[in-house]
Amino acid sequence: MPLALSLGLIFSMALVFYRLARGPTIYDRALAATSLSTKTILLIAAVSYFQNRHQWLDIALVYALVGFAGVVALVKFLQYRALHTPLSRHPHDPAPVVDLGDG
Amino acid sequence: MSDASILIGARDIVAGILLGLGLLLTLIGALGVIRLPDFYTRLHAAGVTDTGGALLILFGLAVLSGWSFASLKLLLIAVFLLLTTPVITHLLAQSAHAGGREPLLGGARGKANSISDDAKGGGA
Repeated sequence: MPLALSLGLIFSMALVFYRLARGPTIYDRALAATSLSTKTILLIAAVSYFQNRHQWLDIALVYALVGFAGVVALVKFLQYRALHTPLSRHPHDPAPVVDLGDG
Repeated sequence: MSDASILIGARDIVAGILLGLGLLLTLIGALGVIRLPDFYTRLHAAGVTDTGGALLILFGLAVLSGWSFASLKLLLIAVFLLLTTPVITHLLAQSAHAGGREPLLGGARGKANSISDDAKGGGA
C-alpha cells in the first residue's frame, strides 16, 4: 500500500508536470502548479505516515499555507499586473487591459 | 480473535478503500488535465478531483493513524485544502475570463471556434 500510493501520486505529478511545462496559456501553467502543490502535500503526508515521522506533517501544513498565498498572489499579478490593487473590483469599473500575449 | 484485532483489520480495510478511491480520483484528474481540450475543462477536471482526491487520501491516512496528534494534523490539512482549493479554482477561472479567454463551446456554435488552445498555441 505505501509503495502503490507513493508511486501513483508521483505518476500523477508527472502527468500534471507535462501540462506545467507545455500548457499553452499562462493560466494552464498556474493551474498545473496548483495541482502539483496539492499532490506534493499529499505525498509529504503519505511519506510522513509510512516512514513514521509525524513531524513532517507540519511541513505539509506549511506547504499548503504557502502554496495558497503564492497562487493568490500569482493570480492577482496575472489579472492586474500589480500586487497593490484589491483583488475584488466593483462590477461597474472598467476591466483592466491586460495583454498576456499567447501565454 | 480478540476485539482489538478485528478493529485493526477493519481499520486497514476502510483506510485501503479511502486511499484507493483517492488515488484513483487523483489519477483521473491528472489524466483530465492532460487530455481535455481547453483551459476551462482542464480547470474543471483539476479543481474537482484535487479537492475530492486530497480529502479521501488525507482521511485514509487519518484512519490509519488512529486517535493521535498525527490524525489531528491530517484533518487540519484536509480542512484547509477543502477551504482553499475551490477558492483557487474560482480565482483562476475569473482571472482567465477577465483576461479574455473564451471557453471552447460545443454544438452549433462550436463549429465557428472549434480550434482548441492546443492547436492555436502549439509549441508555446
